[in-house]
Parts: sequence; structure tokens; C-alpha cells
Amino acid sequence: MARGNTLTDRRSGATHESFLRHQNYLYLKLAVALCLVSTVAYIFFSPVPRHNGGTWLGYTLGTISAVLIVWLTALGMRKRAITPGKWSLKGWTSAHIYLGLSLVVVATLHTGFQFGLNVHTLAYVLMMIVIVSGVFGIFFYATIPQRMSDNRAEKSTAQMLEEIAALDNDLREAAQPLASENAIVVQRAIDNTKLGGGVLERLRSNHPKCATLQAMNELKARRKSGGDDLGPILSVLERKGVLLERARRHVRYRALLELWLYIHVPITFALLAALIAHIVSVFYFW
Amino acid sequence: MSTVSVDLAILGSGPAGLSAAARAAQRGMSHILLEKTDHLSDTIYKYQKGKHIMATPSQLVLRSDMPFEAGKREVILTNWDKDTARHRINVRLRSEVKAVKGQRGDFQIELADGATLQAKAVILAIGTQGNPNKLKIPGGDLDFVQYTLDDPRAHFDEDIVIVGGGDAGIENALGLADPELANRVTLLQRGPDFSRAKAANVQLLEQAKEQGRLDYITECAPRSLEPGLMIIDTKDGELRLPCNRVIARLGSVPPRQFVEACGAKFTGPDREAFPQLSPSFESTVPGLYIIGALAGYPLIKHCMNQGYDVVEYLAGNTALKPADEPLLEAKFAHLPMRRSVDEWLEFLRREIEIFNDLSPLQMREFMLESDVRFYRKDDRIITRNDVGSSLFTIAQGSVLVEINPEDPSITVPIPAGQIFGEVGLISGRRRGATIRAAGDTLCVEVPRSAALKLMGTVPGVKRRIDRITTERMMKIIFGGDIDPARLNRILDAATLRTLKPQEALITEGEVGFDIYVIRSGSLVVEKNVGGKNVFLSYVPAGAYVGEMALFDNGRRNATVRATVNTEIITMPGDLFKEMLAAQPNTAKRVQEQIANRRRVTDYVEAQKAGFSGVVDMYTSVADFLVEQGLGEATDALLIDETLCIGCDHCETACAESHDGISRLDREAGHTYAHIHVPTSCRHCENPHCMTDCPPNAIRRAPDGEVFIDEKCIGCGNCQRNCPYGVIQMEKTPPKKPGLLSWLLLGMGPGPGQADHDWIDKQLAKKHTEAPKVAVKCDMCKGIAGGPACVRACPTGAAIRVSPEGYLRVAQAAGAEG
Ligand SMILES: Cc1cc2nc3c(=O)[nH]c(=O)nc-3n(C[C@H](O)[C@H](O)[C@H](O)COP(=O)(O)OP(=O)(O)OC[C@H]3O[C@@H](n4cnc5c(N)ncnc54)[C@H](O)[C@@H]3O)c2cc1C
Ligand code: HEM
Ligand code: HEM
Ligand code: SF4
Ligand code: SF4
Ligand code: SF4
Repeated sequence: MARGNTLTDRRSGATHESFLRHQNYLYLKLAVALCLVSTVAYIFFSPVPRHNGGTWLGYTLGTISAVLIVWLTALGMRKRAITPGKWSLKGWTSAHIYLGLSLVVVATLHTGFQFGLNVHTLAYVLMMIVIVSGVFGIFFYATIPQRMSDNRAEKSTAQMLEEIAALDNDLREAAQPLASENAIVVQRAIDNTKLGGGVLERLRSNHPKCATLQAMNELKARRKSGGDDLGPILSVLERKGVLLERARRHVRYRALLELWLYIHVPITFALLAALIAHIVSVFYFW
Repeated sequence: MSTVSVDLAILGSGPAGLSAAARAAQRGMSHILLEKTDHLSDTIYKYQKGKHIMATPSQLVLRSDMPFEAGKREVILTNWDKDTARHRINVRLRSEVKAVKGQRGDFQIELADGATLQAKAVILAIGTQGNPNKLKIPGGDLDFVQYTLDDPRAHFDEDIVIVGGGDAGIENALGLADPELANRVTLLQRGPDFSRAKAANVQLLEQAKEQGRLDYITECAPRSLEPGLMIIDTKDGELRLPCNRVIARLGSVPPRQFVEACGAKFTGPDREAFPQLSPSFESTVPGLYIIGALAGYPLIKHCMNQGYDVVEYLAGNTALKPADEPLLEAKFAHLPMRRSVDEWLEFLRREIEIFNDLSPLQMREFMLESDVRFYRKDDRIITRNDVGSSLFTIAQGSVLVEINPEDPSITVPIPAGQIFGEVGLISGRRRGATIRAAGDTLCVEVPRSAALKLMGTVPGVKRRIDRITTERMMKIIFGGDIDPARLNRILDAATLRTLKPQEALITEGEVGFDIYVIRSGSLVVEKNVGGKNVFLSYVPAGAYVGEMALFDNGRRNATVRATVNTEIITMPGDLFKEMLAAQPNTAKRVQEQIANRRRVTDYVEAQKAGFSGVVDMYTSVADFLVEQGLGEATDALLIDETLCIGCDHCETACAESHDGISRLDREAGHTYAHIHVPTSCRHCENPHCMTDCPPNAIRRAPDGEVFIDEKCIGCGNCQRNCPYGVIQMEKTPPKKPGLLSWLLLGMGPGPGQADHDWIDKQLAKKHTEAPKVAVKCDMCKGIAGGPACVRACPTGAAIRVSPEGYLRVAQAAGAEG
């Protein structure tokens, strides 16, 4: 049909492929190729007395590994320097993951399996920790988003907090006519509402000392003994409980998506330090 | 009763009226300045406190006895008060003019307070605000009934009833319902829903009701009012509401009625029309002059210059050239021909058919907004598939339309005096063909806003453009080789109609032969399969529907519905059939389209048993996307929430590449089947945001980006007009310390949008005034690599797509779901 409406280049973002599938697994293919070549070279080349980092193959694999590590670290810069140009962070992430994983093979072959209690092996162990933490990260990236989306049900973080604040207002109002010992319980539920907090709190979706839950239990217990009509306030508390649960799950999901980076990144810097020590030391003692 | 008699009465003390009064005072004319409110310049008085007022266009010199330069509202108003006193302007405040009768030498001016004035000449400068519609019920004149709300925070613990569920009413209700204010707010709406208000506002309103912060009642009308009580009629009977404040937001009567009651004529019946004026701003009533926003000049500087000029003309200074003369001179300066401004205007008016009926004043105005371009042989004027919505007119020479994209040598000429580019203007779609100059050619390019104004102002122009658009659209669709006589018959028979969103054009099962061409907007085709509506396809402007019935004995086999306001050209089926018989090429193309459409239908029929879940999913995702306004979009941001890790990198990247303000809000917006439509510009085909921008600062770039340029004066109209709430009013933040200083030294707030406290503090430190201006997504226009939000997403969750693309996304989601 003669309707001029083609996609332009600027819409290249329209290709809908996840970071794992980026460009039809281009970087996975590259990484596999790198591993295969390294392994084949390792098998066919048999140095005397044995494989280690000091042979020409060892130097080559070591250099490749070191360059890769520096480049993998550079993702931190790429993420933050939003420069013009045809780069895509998705492409970088995709390459980061697959080439990062290929280090398991390339760097291991470099060592010739010569491990000991020394700075060289320290660098190696740190590298493996970074890689393993990365694998966890990928696991979370692949599984959490959908659940986070379902849980938040179109609400933004700010909206969740607003709603909880609005219910706190309702609580305050509903507590006006109550006897003071009941009102105090409600006030505690308002004052001690906790969301997030330290690492452990953020990772749990139920809060051990949830003030709202406590207040609910206490008031339920008192309802039996007569006195104030606690029905209305309990229903507000219940609604708040539900909202809090959702908000806590949200915080938990966000924590899962982020907290592994608190291992991944600092250990990366330790790794860089150990790596420098390793390289300096091998040249020094050579 | 005492009667005052003056030579000149000036109505309205806005920038236009004030400037006129100052000139009259300077010249020592006997004058009076009448102002409705108890202060000068009410429109500006009502701006937000502290608003930075801009003095655009900067190239235009100010010619007025009143000072005016960019600055804070308060400063400008105080200066004007001082200068009004200094010039000894004779002001009469609280003097609403009810009627103006008579003509030159003998005007009677009746005021609302019963006084009458006499004047020899009258200048109308009452702006475009109009008067609010009044609450016409017993008790409607009580003193706790008000028509505006200055500051919701001024009301505490009150029973407030708001009448009127438009945007203004809803926004007031939400402001007053802040729990901290402890007001009890009820909003009354006459209709069953809030169809006049923006979806975002309605959503907030419903949310507020759900949370018990306010209440609203639909299908009701106030009956009477007494202190403390309002009685209303609802569909369930009478209701008594406690009430100690009423805010009536019932819209306003446009000042047009007032102007017409004075006897002055307008240029046409449409909303866009303006009063008919001579070059000296005289209306069709001798001695009655009209200036300022009411005359169609939306910026303060224009208004003030006119105030000065009109008094000079009135006083007999006919040699005075308008202040915009240098701007026009500059427009013509680069052309190879030498003519004076007046000669140019007259030449263009004579040569270009659609300008023939314009007055010299209108000609000036259009040329200020338009551009004259000179092309040599074979220069490209417009390029196929570029987005462009301006209208071109040929003043001299001629152009060639490349009707066959494969072979540029096949062309059709358009002669001098004619127009082109109208399809883009009407439909907002990409250019259908490349057009180049046949020889030395002189064209006037009229931007969309000015072209629409022209069509609204001169009814003849609208008719002509409508017909040419239909004709060219038919040619594009059915082939340029269509026999002119036949085409004329089709055009004579074709009719134009507008569909509302969701309105059905064709209903499945009915009998009908007409063919429908979509002039603007878009349609969706649905089919009833096993009792459910199944989405078949999306049909954009420039395409046609209805042809299948011709081959099915007129039985419609699907329902076709509008997604947004959609203009349709109806063409009788028998003429269409005749055309197919006479034109085998066209027939072949139509047959191909039918075969395609039939394949989709058959596919859905075949799937219904086995994969009804899939088809359902596809349909509901498509419905969701259309509901989110993607039916009128050209390019929108979607987020696949199965991939989004919530890092907000998209926002960070947007802020980093756009003066530190993110133009998208990722978390906000709706989600369906994990497809999330964040709050971000859809780059609508016919952008609502453009409709009412005083300095015409919102434009469309050749790649389709709708963007706001530096002319923005921060009036907030676009923010109100965008139905998707994607425009923000923001100060431009100061520059941040660089990335490395932040990474290594912890300086500044880091990448992304800095918080408002930081911005305000930095600005305060620098003592610079940063005006709030409208900011929105510009699709990263001019940034190499394209949209930063998409490039910066680490997982590929953020994508930008066109409508055809959305439906691919919908299909993918359907296939997976
Ligand atoms: C929010 C906002 C921001 C804007 N910012 C800018 C900006 O930064 N820079 C810029 O150049 N332009 C800006 N504009 C546009 C500008 O305000 C108007 O173009 C300008 O005020 C029009 O001037 P005027 O004299 O024609 O009419 P107005 O300023 O509207 O004045 C009309 C006056 O007439 C009075 N009046 C009305 N009816 C009667 C009656 N029957 N009897 C007696 N008196 C009557 C009114 O009370 C009012 O005082 C902005 C507009 C808005 C809405
Ligand atoms: C420029 C890069 C590198 C160079 C030049 C290099 C060099 C060497 C050399 C010469 C040896 C042999 C030392 C010996 O036999 O005592 C060695 C061993 C080793 N290298 Fe590297 N290396 C590099 C990168 C890496 C990297 C990236 C890692 C892993 C993080 C690594 C881990 C090891 C380990 C574990 C050993 C075995 C230590 C041992 O033999 O006790 N090297 N390297
Ligand atoms: C030695 C190898 C590696 C190093 C040095 C390394 C280093 C880094 C660094 C510096 C970042 C930037 C973090 C930030 O700035 O927020 C990062 C991010 C990340 N890394 Fe690694 N990494 C390595 C291996 C891996 C592996 C093997 C995986 C996956 C299997 C992985 C997955 C990720 C992911 C998913 C991110 C986050 C990307 C984002 O959200 O922007 N990394 N890594
Ligand atoms: S950048 Fe991508 S993953 Fe991050 S919040 Fe935006 S859409 Fe989600
Ligand atoms: S700002 Fe709003 S109205 Fe304007 S193009 Fe974007 S989505 Fe459409
Ligand atoms: S396309 Fe550019 S301007 Fe628009 S939201 Fe994305 S980053 Fe911001």
C-alpha cells in the first residue's frame, strides 16, 4: 500500500531482545569460541615441565584475562557516562556476562592449575567470587522483574508510601474515640512503622517486629474483653497490613536486584589490587 | 446619573490596554481605561506567584510608553502600577463593561454597576479569558460562591462543594482535599462520567475517592443554596449537602459573544476565528478598535506594541510602520528578488490562491509565522517519508511530485499559486512523496499552527484545502493515473465526518457498500469470534477500509472503530467499483489488500478453537495499548516488565542528556500483561500540546519528534492540554560537577536528575533567575545514537516503537501468554 510509513534508523531501539539474547547470542558465541580456542591450545601445547602462567601460552591467556577484567570493570564507567553515540548498555551487559563467564575457562587454563597459598591464587579466588556473584545477579535479573511488576500492580514506590501515610491518618482519626490504652497501641502502630532498613530487613518480606501486626494482635485479644468497638480500627489496621506487606515485598525485590552488586563491585576492586600485585610479583621474581 | 464623556475609552487593562492608555495619556488625549477587576492586568495578575515572565520574541523591539522586560510577575506588575500613576492614566477599576453601542463619534458604554460612559472611539483589549459561567440557582449570588480558587491552603476545615467536573474543578477538588487541610470536599458533575477532563486527573480523582479523601456525585445538578446548605437533584432524588463554600467551575463564555454584541464581525464561524480588522486594527464597526490577545496576538510584547500603534493611528499618524516591520524585512532579505515589505506582502497575497482573501493585517501575521524559501531547479523541497506538518504554497515557479518512489523521473507538476504538503498537515503522517523544484521556485512554508489558524479564519481556505487533501489522498491510495473526470465525480460525492474515540464506523454483520478513507486519526478492526471481540488490525491515517464488503454482497465481516478523534472520508461504493473496473492496476492492488486482510481473518477463525487463549491475549494487549493513547502515537516508550530491574537508568540517562531533567517517569503509568506504558511523550500524530502555545514553541522535527524550543514562555498550556500528562514545568538546573569528580571526590549529586533542593540551593548561590519552562521528551533529537533511555537500559526492557510496532509487541506478548 502506498502509505509512506517505514521505520527509521532512530527507531533501532524497537528490536525487542533481552540482554541475554542480544543480537542473537552474539557474545555467547564469541565467549564459547574463546573458551574452545583456549582449551584446544592448552591440550595441543604441552610445555616442559608443565603448564603454568610463565609459558608463552600462559602469558597469552593471562594477558587476555587481565585485559578482560579491566574491560569488565569499565562497565561501571559505561553505565554512568551517558555519552552520545551508537552504544547500547544492553549490548555491554550481554558481552559482560558471557565474556565474564569465559574467564572461568581462560584464566583457569592460564594458571595451569598451579594453586597455592599466595597472592596469585588470591587474585584467582577473588575473580571467582566476582563471577559467582555475577551468576547470582543474572539469576535475580531473570526471575525477579516479573514478580516485582505483579506485586507493584501499577503503583510507584512513592504512591505506596503515600497510601500508607493516608491510612495512618485514618488510624489517627479512628483512634480518637478509643480509650487511652487502646489509642496508645494504635499510636505505636503509626509511630513504629518500619519499611526497609538494614540489609537483613530489606531482604525479608515480613517484618519480625511489625508494629501494625502487633497492634492488630493486641487489639484482637482485647476485643474479646469488651469495651471500645474495635471493629473499624481493626479493619483499617488490616488494610495497612496488606499494604505494608506489598511495600515490603517491593523493597525486598529491589534489594535482591541490587544487593549482590555490593559483593560484585567491592570484590572487583580487591581483585584489581591482587591482580596488580600478581603481575608485579611475577615480573619481579622472574 | 452623571455621564462621563471622553475621546477614547479603552476596555481592559492588560498589556495591550495599558500601553494604549499610556500612549493616549502621553499624547494628552482625553481618555479612560476601564478594568473589570480591582487591579490592573488581570491575566498576568493571575499567573502563579513568582512566575518569570518572558519577553519574546527577542528580535521584536518594544514600542511602548510602559516598560517591559523579562522578569518576575511581581516586579512587572509593580512597575506598571507606578507608571500608570506617573503617566496619569485615567483608570477606573471595578468597571466591567456590559455593552458597547454606537459607532465613531458616539459610543455609549454601559457598565455592570449601572453607569454609562460616552466616547468618540473605543479600543477593545479585553483579552481572551472571557467571563466564567455563573451558577444560576436560587442563592447562587451568595458571597460564599466563588469562581476561582487562588490558594487551596487558605481553606481549612470547611464544607466545600465544587460544581463542574472539568479539569479545573477536579484540580481544585484535589487541592482542597489534602488531608492536612481537613476540608470535606464534594464535587458535583452533571454527566455520568468525567469525559471532558484529562484521564490522569480522573484517575487521581477516583483514587482520592477510594481513599476517602473526597466525594463526588455524578448525574446531579444543584437546585438551591442557602448559608450552610446546598440542595441538589440526583438521579436517586433530592440530596442535602452541608456547604459553607461553593466553587463553581462551569467554563467561561468566550469574549466573542461580547465582541459580536458590539456589532463587530468575525472572520469565520470556527473557534479559531478572529475579529475582522483593518491594518490599523479597526473592526467592522467604525471607531471600534480591537487589539491584544483578542485580536489574535498572544504575546505581551505584541500586545504592548499594538497598544502604542493603535493610538498613533487613531491620532492620525498614518506614516507609522508597525514594530514588526524589521522582522518581516529580515524574512525577505535573503531572497534574490528585491521588494519592499509591503510589495512582498501584496505580491504573495495576489499570487497564492489561498491568501487571496486575506486582509493586509492577516497577511503580515501569517508572514511573521511563515518562511519564504527560494529553490533552484531540482532542489528537494520535501522528502518522502520525512515527517512534516507544514503547508507549502507556491508563489512563483512550479514543483514536481515524484509519484513513483522507484522511478524519480515520473512526476506530476503542481503550478504556481497552488499548495502542497497538505496531507502531512491534516493527518500528521509522513510525507507521501518527494517534491522538487521544476525551475527557480519561490515557496511560502506555513507551519501547521499557522495553517490551521488560516483554515479557521478563512472558511474558503478550509474548503479548498479539504478538497485538495481528499483529492491527493485518493491519488496516493488509488494511483496517480486516475482519470480526472472520474476523480472529480468521486470528490463531489465524498463526504467528511468525524468519529469520536471508540465510535464504530462499520459494524460487523450490517450491510453497506461505502468505502472509507482515514484522513486523520486511526482505526482498529475487530471481529466477533465465539462471542468475543478479537483484535484483527490497526489502520492508520492514509489507508482505507470497507472494500471487502464489495466482494461479500455488502455484508461487513468485521467491526471498525476509531481509536481517537478520527476524520473519515466516505466514498460511495458504486463509484469505487466503477473505478476498479476502469483501472486494472488499482484493482490489482485492492485485490492484494483484500487477500491480505482475508488471511488475517481466516487465521483468527482457525485459531479460535485451539488457541483461543492466545487470541484473547493478543486482543486484550492491543486494546490496552490503544486505550493508553498509542492509537494516535507515532513513537512511544514501552517497558517490558519481565525485564525491567527497576534501576531507573533510563531516567538517569534521559536527565544526563537533557539539561539534568528526566523527561520520563518510569514507574508511573499503566501496565498490562507486563507491558508498561510509562509517563513519556507518545509524539502524537496531531499533538494536543501544540494547540494553544502562545509563542508557537512546540514543533515537529523531520524525523517526527515533537519538541519544545527555546521560545517557550512557561505558560503551562501544553501541560494542561497533553492528555497523557507527560509535560513538566521545570527550571533548568545548573551544571553539575563532572562524572570523575563525583566518582572520585564525591562532588555534586551524581548522574541523573538532581533533587529539587540541590537545584534550588545551587540556583540561589548563583543568584540567577531560572524561569520554569515546559520540558518533555524530544526523542533525543540531534543526539547521535538515538534515544538515550533505550541505549542506557541494561536489560533491553526499554524499547521505543511506532504503532505498527506496538501491535507487534502485542502479538509477541500474545504468543507468549
Ligand atoms: C499562564 C500564562 C503565562 C503566560 N506567560 C507569558 C509570558 O511569559 N510572556 C508573554 O509574552 N506572554 C505570556 N502569556 C500570554 C499573555 O499573558 C497574554 O498574551 C496577554 O496577557 C494578553 O494581553 P491583553 O492585553 O490582550 O489581554 P489580558 O492580559 O487578558 O487583559 C485583559 C484585561 O481586560 C479585563 N477585562 C475583561 N473583560 C472585561 C470587561 N468586560 N470590562 C472591563 N475589563 C475587562 C480583564 O480583567 C483583564 O485585566 C502567558 C499567558 C498565560 C495564561
Ligand atoms: C598480564 C597478565 C598476566 C601475566 C603476565 C601473568 C603472569 C603469570 C606468570 C608468569 C605466572 C607463573 C608464575 C610462576 O610460575 O610462579 C602466573 C601464574 C598464575 N597466574 Fe598469572 N598472569 C597474568 C594474569 C593473571 C590473571 C588475570 C589471573 C587470575 C585472576 C592470574 C592468576 C594466576 C595464577 C593463579 C597463577 C598460578 C600461580 C602459581 O603458579 O603459583 N594471572 N601468571
Ligand atoms: C571478573 C569478572 C567480572 C568483573 C571484574 C566484573 C565487574 C563488574 C563491574 C565493575 C560492574 C559494574 C557495577 C556497577 O557499577 O554498578 C559489574 C556489573 C555487572 N556484572 Fe560483572 N563483573 C565480572 C563478571 C561478571 C559475570 C561473570 C557476570 C554474570 C554472569 C556479571 C554480571 C554483571 C551484571 C549483571 C552487572 C550489572 C549490570 C547492570 O545492571 O548495569 N559480571 N560487573
Ligand atoms: S533502564 Fe531499563 S531496566 Fe532500568 S528501570 Fe529503565 S526500563 Fe527498567
Ligand atoms: S506532549 Fe502529550 S500531546 Fe504532545 S505529543 Fe507528547 S503525548 Fe502527545
Ligand atoms: S527519547 Fe530521549 S528525551 Fe525521550 S525519554 Fe528517552 S532519553 Fe528522554
